[in-house]
Amino acid sequence: MMLSRTADHLFWMSRYTERAENTARMLDVNYQTSLLPQSAAVAQVGWQGLLSISELLPAYAARHGDVEQQRVMEFMVKDDSNPSSIVSCLKAARENARAVRGSLTTEVWETQNQTWLEVNRMIREREFQRDPGQFFEWVKFRSHLSRGVTVGTMLMDEALHFMRLGTFLERADNTARLVDVKFHAVQSDFFGAASEKDQEYDFYHWSAILRSVSGFEIYRKVYRDVIKPERVADLLILRADMPRSLHASLNEVVSNLAMVANDQSSETQRRAGKLRADLQYGDIDEILATGLHAFLTQFLDRVNELGARISRDFLIPAKA
Amino acid sequence: MHKFDEMFSQLPDNGQFQFQGQSQGGQSQVQVQGVREHYRNYALWLSRQPQEAMRARREEAEMIFRRVGITFAVYGAKDEDGAGTERLIPFDLIPRIIPAGEWATMEKGLVQRVTALNRFLHDVYHEQDIIKAGIISADQILNNAQFRKEMMGVYVPHRIYSHIAGIDIVRAPNAKGEGEYYVLEDNLRVPSGVSYMLEDRKMMMRLFPDLFSSHRVAPVMHYPDLLLETLRASAQPGAPDPTVVVLTPGMYNSAYFEHAFLAQQMGVELVEGQDLFVKDKYVYMRTTRGPKRVDVIYRRVDDDFLDPSVFRPTSTLGCDGLVDAYRSGNVSICNAIGTGVADDKSIYPYVPKMIEFYLGEKPILNNVPTYMCRNPDDLNYTLANMKDLVVKEVHGAGGYGMLVGPAATKQEIEDFRKAVEANPSGYIAQPTLSLSSCPTFVESGVAPRHIDLRPFVLSGKQVQMVPGGLTRVALKDGSLVVNSSQGGGTKDTWILEV
Repeated sequence: MMLSRTADHLFWMSRYTERAENTARMLDVNYQTSLLPQSAAVAQVGWQGLLSISELLPAYAARHGDVEQQRVMEFMVKDDSNPSSIVSCLKAARENARAVRGSLTTEVWETQNQTWLEVNRMIREREFQRDPGQFFEWVKFRSHLSRGVTVGTMLMDEALHFMRLGTFLERADNTARLVDVKFHAVQSDFFGAASEKDQEYDFYHWSAILRSVSGFEIYRKVYRDVIKPERVADLLILRADMPRSLHASLNEVVSNLAMVANDQSSETQRRAGKLRADLQYGDIDEILATGLHAFLTQFLDRVNELGARISRDFLIPAKA
Repeated sequence: MHKFDEMFSQLPDNGQFQFQGQSQGGQSQVQVQGVREHYRNYALWLSRQPQEAMRARREEAEMIFRRVGITFAVYGAKDEDGAGTERLIPFDLIPRIIPAGEWATMEKGLVQRVTALNRFLHDVYHEQDIIKAGIISADQILNNAQFRKEMMGVYVPHRIYSHIAGIDIVRAPNAKGEGEYYVLEDNLRVPSGVSYMLEDRKMMMRLFPDLFSSHRVAPVMHYPDLLLETLRASAQPGAPDPTVVVLTPGMYNSAYFEHAFLAQQMGVELVEGQDLFVKDKYVYMRTTRGPKRVDVIYRRVDDDFLDPSVFRPTSTLGCDGLVDAYRSGNVSICNAIGTGVADDKSIYPYVPKMIEFYLGEKPILNNVPTYMCRNPDDLNYTLANMKDLVVKEVHGAGGYGMLVGPAATKQEIEDFRKAVEANPSGYIAQPTLSLSSCPTFVESGVAPRHIDLRPFVLSGKQVQMVPGGLTRVALKDGSLVVNSSQGGGTKDTWILEV
């Protein structure tokens, strides 16, 4: 039993923390890729893709016009008019934490607060501009810390389950968007590239995606094979043992939902279970044959709907 | 200005302490002459601390406070980050020490005073014997803006109205030049600051553990336990295992940290008005498992905002129907509604008489002599002596709405005179006490600064408190205003067995 409002803040605190991490991951990959020799057009596609993942192309264009690396990075890192920027996410996470600091352990609260204080300092002292890679590492590290201190210190009650729900619902959403955009980018020559030059490009493209979800080593270990797009898709969508995959995320969503179930949540649980089952019994060839983009679009809709249902069932319940 | 110090029986004329920078080679050749007995050990220790070490400690304290987020919000203020609506409350490294004997008397006096104030509140909302006895006029009570007619005849458990009282006390020389404690003000509505008392202690133990092994400092950290006990005891008889909540106006309130802190320390929910609703005259909170009955509300929201159906109709901080549920005896509100009628500055002068009237006892703690401008004689005296007096608005709080005569400009005095003449009963005046000072670590080193003390008195089945309270310090040289909104800081307060 806990206050609905408290559960709501905890849920969103975790979502924003996870979102900040994923934004950092994607920026990092794009930034690392930009250090490779590549044409301006290819680089452009990368940055454009990053904006479209978060549905931010129009907002960016209105503010900055042309897609250009430095401006995209600043827009996604420190622009507080952009609700998905790292600074905005960390601020929202911290504000949500502050609203319920009494429901958090001292360690969890101090981690959130310290992250917020530090990110302000780093932006102020231009540490991000000096070494973007270092900065993205730091954001990821703070997210690891936040997750670890949560699991390591919070009582294993509803508060923890709502935080976990937020984390994994957000992760499911973010990974799906990443896969969608990155596969879109190479849609034209999806299966195998014509020239050797393109093959080389492909390797970097796919390995960058894997690295963005800490999946490069995992891929090698699981498939013991050269990097093939369909296997990358398999790993990120269907593997239950890949921590950032859609399937693994949905497993967590389903089990945490079960822990907080109430009188009115059975339909929400049913839908979450069904979505999980689609992944559990899914087949990558089948998904690719019917169209990856359509599959992911539908997946995102269903995740979005789950979020709305969780809100309605638990976080803002109607007056009794 | 600084003539009366806590640490020294006699301050040097220049106000600087003799032991400044005289500690060399680990060997203290320090003069700690004239130090009062209960400060002897500490003064010796302090004399051996290099200033840089103290400075480093202070920086460490600030860093920790910021990380822990012990801040108060300042309305409408923003710094260059746009995040500056939160400020750290300045914490001073040098404790204020009170000998156990003095505290024992003060504690007795506080129990007596708060007991009488609660008796007064019960009386005001029931028989009104004190009016019938001609001690206070009906006009002063019934026409007081803080009098809540909604509370007439309402039963509250144990007849306790102010469960948590913050009594502001200063030390100053009496006519014989001896130090004496005076009650400056009673805070019976939603007194705040207790979290700083606890955090200051935690910080001192962290920064100076050795001091606590060499001094027998009475512990205070069990305050949340006593508070929870008090709140549970205030439940209506129909709630044997009461659910207690803390009601906060929300995270943008200046005392939000304290609300969250106390809720967490007691292990109860921190609710906002939007989390509560009333159904069939019972109060519920909205939870992830449906509605849950609430029995005791430790509210940190003013009366005016508690229930839009009774008080301010636009308030979103309270809960519709709360007063109805309260009057029906289905929920307890701590502090009760309507306690402001007893801590008003126009009622304050009568507290010693209340003690005699209700308890048949002589007051243990002194009031500051007070001129009530509603009386023609007092008004004339006040107008003739404004430059020497402290003049206060009856409804002012937080260090606003007051004139400190000796520190005011001619123009300020004239403005205040006009205001008093226009509405005499809205003002009281008191002589300017030479408030005690306490050595404080400021930019220039250790220097005397004025202090007060706010013990927190809890009334449930019994009246109790943790030893000490919150010491507030006016950080500006010569200033007498200790409120955090006006540049005040805080000190740890030690009740010491010598």
